[in-house]
Amino acid sequence: MTEKLLEVQDLKKYFPIKGGILGRQVGQVKAINGVSFYINKGETLGLVGESGCGKSTTGRSLLRLIEPTEGTITFDGKEVTSLSGREMRKMRRDMQMVFQDPFASLNPRHTVERIIEEPMIVHKMGTSAERKKRVRELLEVVGLNSYHAKRYAHQFSGGQRQRIGIARALAVKPKLIIADEPVSALDVSIQSQVLNLLEDLQNEFNLTYLFIAHDLSVVKHISDRVGVMYLGQLVELTESDKLYANPKHPYTRALLSAVPIADPEFEQERIVLRGDVPSPSNPPKGCPFHTRCPEAMDICKSVNPAFREDDEGHYVACHLYDEDK
Amino acid sequence: MGETILEVKGLQTHFFTDDGEIPAVNKVDFHVDKGEVLGIVGESGSGKSVTSLSVMGLVPKPPGKIVGGEINFKDENLVNASEKRMRQIRGNEIAMIFQEPMTSLNPVFTIGNQLIEAIRLHNKWDKKKAKARAVEILKLVGLPRAEELIDEYPHQLSGGMRQRVMIAMAMACDPEVLIADEPTTALDVTIQAQILELMKDLNKNRGTAIMLITHDLGVVAEMCQRVAVMYSGNIVEEGTVKQIFKEPKHPYTVGLIKSVPDMTSKRERLYSIPGSVQKPGSIKVGCPFAPRCEHAFDRCVSETPALLEAGDEGQKVSCWLHHD
Ligand SMILES: Nc1ncnc2c1ncn2[C@@H]1O[C@H](COP(=O)(O)OP(=O)(O)OP(=O)(O)O)[C@@H](O)[C@H]1O
Ligand SMILES: Nc1ncnc2c1ncn2[C@@H]1O[C@H](COP(=O)(O)OP(=O)(O)OP(=O)(O)O)[C@@H](O)[C@H]1O
Ligand code: SF4
Ligand SMILES: [Mg+2]
Ligand SMILES: [Mg+2]
Repeated sequence: MTEKLLEVQDLKKYFPIKGGILGRQVGQVKAINGVSFYINKGETLGLVGESGCGKSTTGRSLLRLIEPTEGTITFDGKEVTSLSGREMRKMRRDMQMVFQDPFASLNPRHTVERIIEEPMIVHKMGTSAERKKRVRELLEVVGLNSYHAKRYAHQFSGGQRQRIGIARALAVKPKLIIADEPVSALDVSIQSQVLNLLEDLQNEFNLTYLFIAHDLSVVKHISDRVGVMYLGQLVELTESDKLYANPKHPYTRALLSAVPIADPEFEQERIVLRGDVPSPSNPPKGCPFHTRCPEAMDICKSVNPAFREDDEGHYVACHLYDEDK
Repeated sequence: MGETILEVKGLQTHFFTDDGEIPAVNKVDFHVDKGEVLGIVGESGSGKSVTSLSVMGLVPKPPGKIVGGEINFKDENLVNASEKRMRQIRGNEIAMIFQEPMTSLNPVFTIGNQLIEAIRLHNKWDKKKAKARAVEILKLVGLPRAEELIDEYPHQLSGGMRQRVMIAMAMACDPEVLIADEPTTALDVTIQAQILELMKDLNKNRGTAIMLITHDLGVVAEMCQRVAVMYSGNIVEEGTVKQIFKEPKHPYTVGLIKSVPDMTSKRERLYSIPGSVQKPGSIKVGCPFAPRCEHAFDRCVSETPALLEAGDEGQKVSCWLHHD
């Protein structure tokens, strides 16, 4: 009974680089450069990759908080990119976002009640009394107390604020939650509280998650499938266990081998990459990873490998897996 | 047991703010031996950075002040050292890498200027020789285009490159102690791996003692021989890396180790420590961890435990479960 809730095809986002006194466009940042994936109902898809590879831009494009340059986004059977502004606002009720920084994303001068109620007002849900009742329910759901409702956001700790952000995202009963680094700013001990909460909520409300993070152990823990991005492209995507047991792309292998393991007796065979990360305003020709790839071949310098299924459900973009090899 | 190079005894660094006096560092004891890597871990706000700034004589004052204790570097108590003496020590005998390298590199001077100055402070070489050494060191830390980089400004470099320049500066001074405060937190894992290799190299080949502050337990497991665990301005446990990871005694350390998601095993529910961290100083008497501790009993809230040896292997813990 796998049913796709979201399908993204060949998504691109180019940001213009303006320069000179006239502010003319002098170049462009290829923040996402042709990304395709889908998420099934009730599933968690993780997205990892180094800073600046386009994870947040991907997440924000899905909600059209950023207008994609090209590509199609199908959500719950509807083509998102062709919706009018009004239709899009309605659609956002089903797609909510939780942001990385629990300090910056909540207005510190608003009460918790106002913060959580706001999306319900925007979507004209219920009467004022019904909404206030729901705020109290939601606070309990995320493990806070209903007496917290009248307090201000700045009176809460990071972990508590992240819970408030999650309660706000849940307020309108969304189908999909895009969580952009929801635990990166939190302490280890608080991080596990929030991860457990996200899992409980998923089971209870059959939520679907796109979970963006740079911490691979967190992503492995929470995701059913994981996609690895590099320089605006997906380079590998498969089931979480498969990716960690049998990484195919040389970048994924380097990435996994670089994660320090919290066990002093564990001896890691590390692949240390040489060379610097290329800039997305001037991506290398051919495979985006070839400038740092320990296995690069001649063809890698000229032809960008296609993102294709190599094993069942295991997608990779790398010439090492070309058919004629 | 090696020879101690840096010993911190009963250190108290307080901040005097509108909200009152905050004991950010509250009677902290630890030592670093020659050639070893000591890890300092703990929650955000537990006093890790203030401890290292205290050692460097860089606590902003006001509002901060060292109100008690000693910092013994070789035969000298740095708490009493003059600012002139501290300047000599900083970057020469004790170097520090900060979490955000931009704040410690001067934006108006080129990388080369800053590096050459650091080298000449140490070696009294002429400019040309110092410049050659600067290029050599930049190559050593794995920076490409070293000859060109030397004429560039800090803002022209990426975060990982800047952090490598900071390590190059530290290498140029050839310090006896290197304090690295979250040196890789802002970086990606693949770049982090490069920086950790460099620090290991510095430690192994030059015998530099390193005090490594991080919240990443993976980094600690990989780099350190001993670990001190901080909670709310106090060190609550100290031991060898093996003791801390395999036989943690303090309930906070136990919880911390248990909450790390495991990369190697199957997906299951994570352990989490209930509650959240109190502000330092909000607990006047008793164990600062008591409000979150599942083992807390009467004594934990009425009497403050001290950091004392538990067992015979040199492991120290501050918890009533382990003391009489
Ligand atoms: N509004 C914008 N204008 C111009 N360039 C942008 C804009 N937003 C993002 N970029 C660029 O697009 C690229 C991708 O950025 P994005 O924020 O998606 O990365 P990310 O993978 O989320 O990184 P991080 O892990 O640091 O959050 C970066 O090079 C970034 O500088
Ligand atoms: N300039 C300052 N004025 C007032 N209080 C301060 C100042 N600097 C630090 N503190 C307080 O001292 C305590 C310890 O801070 P410190 O920066 O050492 O924490 P930390 O362990 O390094 O945390 P993190 O992991 O977040 O870096 C905190 O409660 C902090 O609020
Ligand atoms: S395509 Fe070539 S350069 Fe790219 S990852 Fe594969 S082997 Fe490396
Ligand atoms: Mg991002
Ligand atoms: Mg700090």
